[in-house]
Amino acid sequence: MMSFMGNQPHNEAVGYSFSQPTYVPNKEHSFYPYTDNGGSTLGITGADFAILAGDTRSVAGYNINSRYAPKVFKIGGDDDTGEGAHILLSVVGFAADGQALKERLDAVVKMYKYQHGKSMSVRACAQRLSTILYQKRFFPYYVHAILAGLDEEGKGALYSYDPVGSYEREQCRAAGSAASLIMPFLDNQVNFKNQYIPGSGDGHALEPKKPEPLPRETVEQLVRDAFTSAVERHIEVGDGLQMIVITQNGIEEIYTPLKKD
Amino acid sequence: MNHYPEIWGRPRDDIYGPYNSSYLQTTGPKTYTQSPAVTGTSVIAVKFNGGVAIVADNLASYGSLARFTDVKRLRVFSDSAVIGFSGDVSDMQYIHRLLGSIDIRENYSTHGNMLNAKNLHTYLSKVLYKRRSEFNPLWNHLLVAGFDEDKNPFLSSADLLGTTYSAPHLATGFGAHLAIPILRRLFPEEKPLEEITKEHAEAALRECLKVLWYRDARSLDKYSMAVITAEGIELKEDQVIGAQSWAFAESIKGYGAQIN
Amino acid sequence: MFRNNYDNDAVTFSPQGRIFQVEYAQEAVKQGSVVVGLVNKTHAVLVGLKRNAEELSSYQKKIIEIDSHMGIAIAGLASDARVLSNYMKQQSLGSRMTYGRPIPVDRIVTQIADRAQTNTQHYGKRPYGVGLLVAGVDEAGPHLFEFQPSGMIHEMLACAIGARSQMARTYLERNLEKITNSTRDELISHGLRALKETLSQDKELTVDNTSVGVVGLADGGKGKIESFKHYEGQDLVPLLEAVESGEAKEEETMEVDS
Repeated sequence: MMSFMGNQPHNEAVGYSFSQPTYVPNKEHSFYPYTDNGGSTLGITGADFAILAGDTRSVAGYNINSRYAPKVFKIGGDDDTGEGAHILLSVVGFAADGQALKERLDAVVKMYKYQHGKSMSVRACAQRLSTILYQKRFFPYYVHAILAGLDEEGKGALYSYDPVGSYEREQCRAAGSAASLIMPFLDNQVNFKNQYIPGSGDGHALEPKKPEPLPRETVEQLVRDAFTSAVERHIEVGDGLQMIVITQNGIEEIYTPLKKD
Repeated sequence: MNHYPEIWGRPRDDIYGPYNSSYLQTTGPKTYTQSPAVTGTSVIAVKFNGGVAIVADNLASYGSLARFTDVKRLRVFSDSAVIGFSGDVSDMQYIHRLLGSIDIRENYSTHGNMLNAKNLHTYLSKVLYKRRSEFNPLWNHLLVAGFDEDKNPFLSSADLLGTTYSAPHLATGFGAHLAIPILRRLFPEEKPLEEITKEHAEAALRECLKVLWYRDARSLDKYSMAVITAEGIELKEDQVIGAQSWAFAESIKGYGAQIN
Repeated sequence: MFRNNYDNDAVTFSPQGRIFQVEYAQEAVKQGSVVVGLVNKTHAVLVGLKRNAEELSSYQKKIIEIDSHMGIAIAGLASDARVLSNYMKQQSLGSRMTYGRPIPVDRIVTQIADRAQTNTQHYGKRPYGVGLLVAGVDEAGPHLFEFQPSGMIHEMLACAIGARSQMARTYLERNLEKITNSTRDELISHGLRALKETLSQDKELTVDNTSVGVVGLADGGKGKIESFKHYEGQDLVPLLEAVESGEAKEEETMEVDS
């Protein structure tokens, strides 16, 4: 502040000090509007189902805020229990943005049903989520979102997003702090990357194993394995595993404890 | 008086030096609170069988100065919730006024104020999130204690970024480091809420507060405690930490003036 | 010829203290097809008679779900009703967003009443040409409200608005005690019977021209609700059959008495 006052040109004339143009340096904003609440999410689709999962730990630095803070939500349900929903959304990153995003999408899906008298398709919802994210291109929702449901043919559908709305339909996707640990495992176990048919040839002649939709039991076990492994190697992942499965018969939620260390 | 009406009422340059008119500057970026000024430290709260207990000390600090020693940081909302504020005190007072007007508005309806602690927490988190999104944050971290719509004990937190989370015991600020480990040991997750009595919860909070008083340089031994049960809210604002013993301080080594 | 000088706008009183434009709006309500609403201790029911503009057209919408705890029945200009229902939908979604709770029924009814009232006090505006019955549940239990273009609202035990609604109101008044102490299904039957009273000789209730909305407290208690359910088409068959079998029984007992 002293140097600030000292910079003022001294003028003896009474009254002119007031009209002196003063130089105001640009102040740096010291408020940072984001934080990382850690955790990881994961989605895998099958022939007639989709699974979205996430750990339930919420962190702030080295502190654990809560051991049960869900990251996977039902979208378009009739009430707060989420009954009647047909779309799932997981968000990981900045939890407040994630919450806001979830509520906006939920309101959009509800208004769609109110205005059109039918439920929004997962494809339409996926597109809409992209535009919601892109609308905040220059002050983004700091989250990695994954959207899941069943498509028009009843097949499992999964869409993954970056924070500004770039999206893609995939078979599987891991997001969040342990994504780099889980994704390679999924590449290998779901899309059969680096797996070859034994005895089909030598060296480059080896035939890659073709990926095919996995049965639900296998996928559930893959999710559990992915998370128990991530818990061992990432401090922000743990406490509990929330899995939500969507099938033709509705939505089922499964909670399994994870290590709390 | 001279013929420069624009300087009337302002300090004279020939006596006081040139007037620093940077305060009157209309150009340049508009600035909002970038840091808190007068602040309160930790708030701690625990759920117990049939209610929630919450404490905060009565100090408002100005940086490292213990500026106001009789500030009530637990605020009651319409017999249904208690909110514990840490962070900026002026922002706390603003939020308190906001809650006052909501209470009045709600009471106009036929069935009175039907907002419960959970509704209130949702509302406050939206206010905080909106303000952070405008880059004009309300510099607080608050805990909301009361009951939800099913009459179950409710305890949840909201901070200046709009982040929310809920747990059987919560603490803000330094309490997150010092009080939470104590509470997690006293009330482990395996222990059902039914086994924690009101007296247990109160005693645990007093213990936590004492540790904070020993270790948090921005704390005070005068504090407020509120207990919310189905019977109502019991708020005591003139409590003192008893049975203090500073003997442990003798054995502390490291960080500070040491003789040997 | 007589010419009324006081009905050119909705803001001028006649020397008799009437606002003609508002009264004309209320006439629009009387021309709409009838809707009936009624409550007991646990539920609120709306029933409506749907008209089709011509033989080849679809039937109009009489009952609209606003939120899982609330719905409305309309009589009068359907397009005005849509504006109001959109507003109510926005408000109830807003309440769920900001407070995480379903909006209390009396609150939202007061809000639309305030909106309707401003239309009767600002030059260049037109009153809504629609009357509503709002049925919903909140923490204080089930509610039924009547709304009129004047901005008047009343909480009702039972009510009917629209063409020939007097017949339905007579039925409701005569059976008020039974209605108040009825079960959920009986309440629907009473609603349908009240609606039936308004029909002209050659008409009857069918799955095409009837519409029913039910909302109430769930059996489990503890503030849980039975979400607003809108019965249309084939879903109405059991409800209409229940009315007929109930009437048959009544006739039997009457015969025994004589």
